[in-house]
Amino acid sequence: MENRQLTCIGCPMGCQIEVGMQDGKILSVQGFSCKRGEAYARKEVTHPERMVTTSVPVSGGTMRMVSVKTTGEVPKEKVRDCVRALKGITVKAPVYIGDIVADNLAGTGVSAAATRNVERND
Amino acid sequence: MYDVIIIGAGAVGCAAARELSRYELRGCVIDKNYDVCEGTSKANSGIIHAGYDAEPGSVMAKMNLAGSSMMDALAEELDFPFRRNGSLVVCRREEDRCRVQELLERGKKNGVSGLRIVEQDELRAMEPNISDSALCALYAPTAGIVCPISMTIAFAENAAENGMKFMTGTEVLDIQKENNTFTVKTDRGVLETRAVVSAAGIRSDYFHNRMNSGRIHITPRRGEYILLDKTCGGHVKHTIFPLPTSLGKGMLTAPTVHGNLLIGPTADDTEDREGTNVRREGLDYLKSRAGENVKDLPLDQMITSFAGLRAHEDGHDFLIGESQETPGFFEAAGIESPGLTASPAIGREIAEMISEKYGFRRKKNFKSVRKGIVKPLEMTEAERQALILSDPAYGTIICRCNTVSEGEIRDAVQRPLGATTLDGVKRRTWAGMGRCQAGFCTPRIMDILAEQRGLALTDITKCGPGSELTAGRLKDSL
Amino acid sequence: MYDYDLIVIGGGPAGLAAAISAYENGIRRMLILERDRELGGILNQCIHNGFGLHTFKEELTGPEYAARYVRRVYELGIEIWTDTMVLDISTDKTVTAVNRKRGIVRLSAKTVILAMGCRERPRGALGIPGFRPAGIYTAGTAQRLVNMDGVMPGREVVILGSGDIGLIMARRLTLEGALVKVVAELLPYSGGLKRNIVQCLDDYGIPLQLSHTVVDIRGRKRVEGVTIAEVDDKLKPVPGTEKDYACDTLLLSVGLIPENELSKSAGVELSRATKGPVVDESLETSVQGIFACGNVLHVHDLVDNVSEEAAYAGRSAARYAAGVSAGARSQKVAIKAGPHVRYTVPSFVDPERADEALTIRFRVTDVLTNCSVKVLFDGVPVKTYKKRVAAPGEMEEVKIIREAFLAYPGLAEITVMIETEA
Repeated sequence: MENRQLTCIGCPMGCQIEVGMQDGKILSVQGFSCKRGEAYARKEVTHPERMVTTSVPVSGGTMRMVSVKTTGEVPKEKVRDCVRALKGITVKAPVYIGDIVADNLAGTGVSAAATRNVERND
Repeated sequence: MYDVIIIGAGAVGCAAARELSRYELRGCVIDKNYDVCEGTSKANSGIIHAGYDAEPGSVMAKMNLAGSSMMDALAEELDFPFRRNGSLVVCRREEDRCRVQELLERGKKNGVSGLRIVEQDELRAMEPNISDSALCALYAPTAGIVCPISMTIAFAENAAENGMKFMTGTEVLDIQKENNTFTVKTDRGVLETRAVVSAAGIRSDYFHNRMNSGRIHITPRRGEYILLDKTCGGHVKHTIFPLPTSLGKGMLTAPTVHGNLLIGPTADDTEDREGTNVRREGLDYLKSRAGENVKDLPLDQMITSFAGLRAHEDGHDFLIGESQETPGFFEAAGIESPGLTASPAIGREIAEMISEKYGFRRKKNFKSVRKGIVKPLEMTEAERQALILSDPAYGTIICRCNTVSEGEIRDAVQRPLGATTLDGVKRRTWAGMGRCQAGFCTPRIMDILAEQRGLALTDITKCGPGSELTAGRLKDSL
Repeated sequence: MYDYDLIVIGGGPAGLAAAISAYENGIRRMLILERDRELGGILNQCIHNGFGLHTFKEELTGPEYAARYVRRVYELGIEIWTDTMVLDISTDKTVTAVNRKRGIVRLSAKTVILAMGCRERPRGALGIPGFRPAGIYTAGTAQRLVNMDGVMPGREVVILGSGDIGLIMARRLTLEGALVKVVAELLPYSGGLKRNIVQCLDDYGIPLQLSHTVVDIRGRKRVEGVTIAEVDDKLKPVPGTEKDYACDTLLLSVGLIPENELSKSAGVELSRATKGPVVDESLETSVQGIFACGNVLHVHDLVDNVSEEAAYAGRSAARYAAGVSAGARSQKVAIKAGPHVRYTVPSFVDPERADEALTIRFRVTDVLTNCSVKVLFDGVPVKTYKKRVAAPGEMEEVKIIREAFLAYPGLAEITVMIETEA
C-alpha cells in the first residue's frame, strides 16, 4: 500500500491530501475540505491535468499582447506542447474575452481562449 | 585629421572639451563606454571640496581652490545643480583637536576662506543629528555638493553644441607619435591628431607610460557608497567628514542635490581596473561605521549602493601638463579627490596650454550658455500648465518616484549627445533613481527609447551592446 | 462645495470595488484616478488562474477578474480618468493630479479612498553585493515585460524569494522557453501559497532552496552568474556554503511595500508593522474622510479579500459623505497584535459604530501547526478556534459579532493572538 502526499491546487487553501494506493488503484483519500479537493486528488494520482495560461501577440490593437487560457485542463505532460503550439500565432485586434485564439492545442482537443479584451488601435 | 583628441569623457575630459570648444579647432572626445560620464565621474561623493585637505603648494591644492571658485558661475551658465551647503570635519577626541587645528592652518595656507572651528553648542545647533561624542568641528562654509553626472553631461553637451565631436563606444588601444602627428589607434579605426589630451582616469598611467619614459602607476582605489531615500535627505544639512587618514578623506555623510542622503566612500585598493562591484565587506563597513559622526541614521531606508574607482597615483598629486619628452601629449593623470572639484580648472588649464601652444583663435560665436532638460517640477504651476498644454508629453508621468515626465525623457533622447540607453535616460532625467530603483519605469522608458530611436524593444540596452535588457520575444526558444 | 463627493486613487481591484460599492451605497459624484492606460491595476499582468473563487465561485485569470469590475464601472457610468498621476493629496482632501489632456488639476473631494497598491523591494534596498549589470529585475517588472510587452527578461534565470510572484514567474518563464535554475528563499519556509509550490516549481522540477540567499552578482554589463549561500538562524550567510550559478537573469521577489507617499503627504498616520495607514473598523484613516483598502492598506494574498475589503471601504465612504458617520469617535478600543501575530487591520474599533460583524484581518509571525487563534477582550478569551496550519504568507481573518461588543461595555483592548500547542 502506497501513501501519496499531495497539496491540492484547487484553491488557495492548499489542503494536504493523502491518497492510499495499491497497484495503481485508489484505496483511500483523506484530508480534503471540499468535493473539488477530493476530485483533484483522485485525478492527480491517476491522470494529472492542468490549466495553461500564456499570452500571444496582437496586431493592430491598443495592447501588444493578449492573455489566453486553455478552455479546459490538459494532461500535465502536454502543458509545454500546448504553449509551443501557440508559437508564431498573432491575433488580429479586436479580440474579446472568450474568443478562441487556437483550436485543439497539441492534439488535446482543448483550445486557447482570450482572457482580456483588446480593441483595435484606430 | 584632428587638432585635439581627448581620451576620456569624464568630468575632466568633458571640462577640457568644453573649454577647447571656445577655440576654432577640430576636436574629438573618445570614450570606451557608450555614453559620457560612465567611469569614475558617475560614482563619487559629488562634493565640491573647500580645499583645506590638499597639501599646500601641490597641484591638487591649486586646482581645488580654482575649481571651487568657478562653480557658481558654471552652474548658472551650464544649468546643473550645485549648492554650497558647507562641511564639518568632526573631532571626537580631545587628543585629536590638534589635527583639526592643523587642517585649519592648511586651509588658510591654501587660501580657503571662512574656515573656523565650531565648538559643541554651535555644532549641535548647526547639526542636531551630529554624534553625541562630537567635541568640535572644522567648519568650511565654502564646501558644496554638486551632481557630478549632471555637471559632466552639461560640459559635454555644451562642448558638442560648440562643435566638439564625441566618439563613444570606442576604446583607444594605443597612441604613437611620428613627426608632429599622433596616431590614435582605436578598436573602431585609426585617427590622426596634432595634440592628445589624456583624461583617461584609471587608465591614465597606461597612456602616460606610452608617451614618457618616467613611469607612473595608478592603483584603482574602490569607494563604495550607500544611498538613502529622499525622506532622509534632511538628516544633516552640511557634509559631515571624519578626520582624514592616509587613505583619504574618509566616510562622509551628506545630503545630495537630489534630496537623498549619501554615506561613503570606503577605500579599498584593488588591482581590478573594472572593479566597480560593491563588496559585502564594504557594505558591512559602511553600515557599522556610518553612525560614528552622525546619529540615528535610518539605514533601513537604503535604496541602493554603488562603487567607483579612484585613480590613485602613487605620488598622490595630480599630474597636469604637457609631456616634455613627447610634446603635444597633454594629460590630467592621477585625478582622484579633489578631482571633481578641480575638473573645471583642469579643463581650463589644459585648454589654455593647448590654445597657446598652437595659436588657436577664439570663436566669435561660442555658445557659453547651455540649458538643461526642462524640469516641470522646478517651474511655477502656471509655467508647468502652459508646458503641458503645448506638449502633452509633459503631462504623462513615467517615473513616479521622482515624478519625471515623458516630455523630459524624450528631451533626454533628442538633445545633443542624447540618451541611447536606459542608463543614459536615467542619468539625464533621474528617472529610475528613486526608491523603486526603476522597477516601475523601466518598461516605459524602454518603450520611449524604442519609439524615439526606431528600435525594437529587444534592442534596448542598459548601457550599450552586451547589456541588452531582454532576450528576445516570448516562445522564441521553444 | 466639493468637486466630487468621492475621489478614488487607483483603478485596480481595490479602487474598482470601492467605487462600485460607494455607488451602490448612494454616492454619485465620484471620480476614479488611474495612472496606467487602462483600469485593472496589477491584475492586467496577472494572466494566471486562481482569482475569484470566493467572489464569483469560479476560477478566473487576473484580467478576467478585473474585466468584471471594469464592466460594472462602465455600466454605472462612473467617471474615470486614466493616464493620470496623482501628485499630492493635501490634509483637506484636495487631490492634485496631472495628465496630458488637462495638465495639472486640483480637485476638492469630500471623501478620498486610497487604493494605490504597493511596490516591490528592489535589489538596492536589499544590499546584495556585486556588480550592477542588466538582467536584474523584480518579479513584477519581469511579469510586466513578459505579459504586457511580450519580451523575455532573460534565458537562464535564478529567482530570489519564494513569494507568489516569484513562484508564478518561475513557471511563466519556463513555459516561454527560459531555464529557471533555482528559487532561493531566505527564510526556512516559503512565503507563497502551497498550491504555487506545486504547480510552479514541482511541476517543472525547479528546486527550492530554503534558508538560502544571493550573496554576489557577477557580470559587468549583463548578469553572468550569481552566488547563493546558506543562511544561519540569524539569516546571515554561512561562509563556506557558497554555490555559483551561471545565469543571465536574477529575479527578485523579496517584499512588497504599500505605496503610501501620497498618504503621508495627506497627513495619514502609517503603521510601522504594515507600512500602510492605521485604520479603524470602517477603514477610515487618521484623517477624517480618507479611507484605505487593498494593498496600500496591507499587502494581500487573495484578490477576493481585496474586493471584500474595498467594498467595505466604499460603503464607509458613502456613509461619511452622507453625513451618517462623520465626527469624532466616542470610543477607541485598541486592537493589539498578541503573541505570534504580526499585525491586525483594523488597529482599533469603535464598538458603537461597528457593523453586525467586525472583520479583523491579520498575519502570523511564523509557520505554526496545530494552534489556536484566540481573541481576547481585556485579557479574557471571547473567541477561540483551532487551525491546523497558519503561515505568514497566508492572511487570516476573524469575525467578531456586534453582540460580543455589546456584552462588554467599557472594553479597552482587544488582542488577537495565537496559542501554540508547545
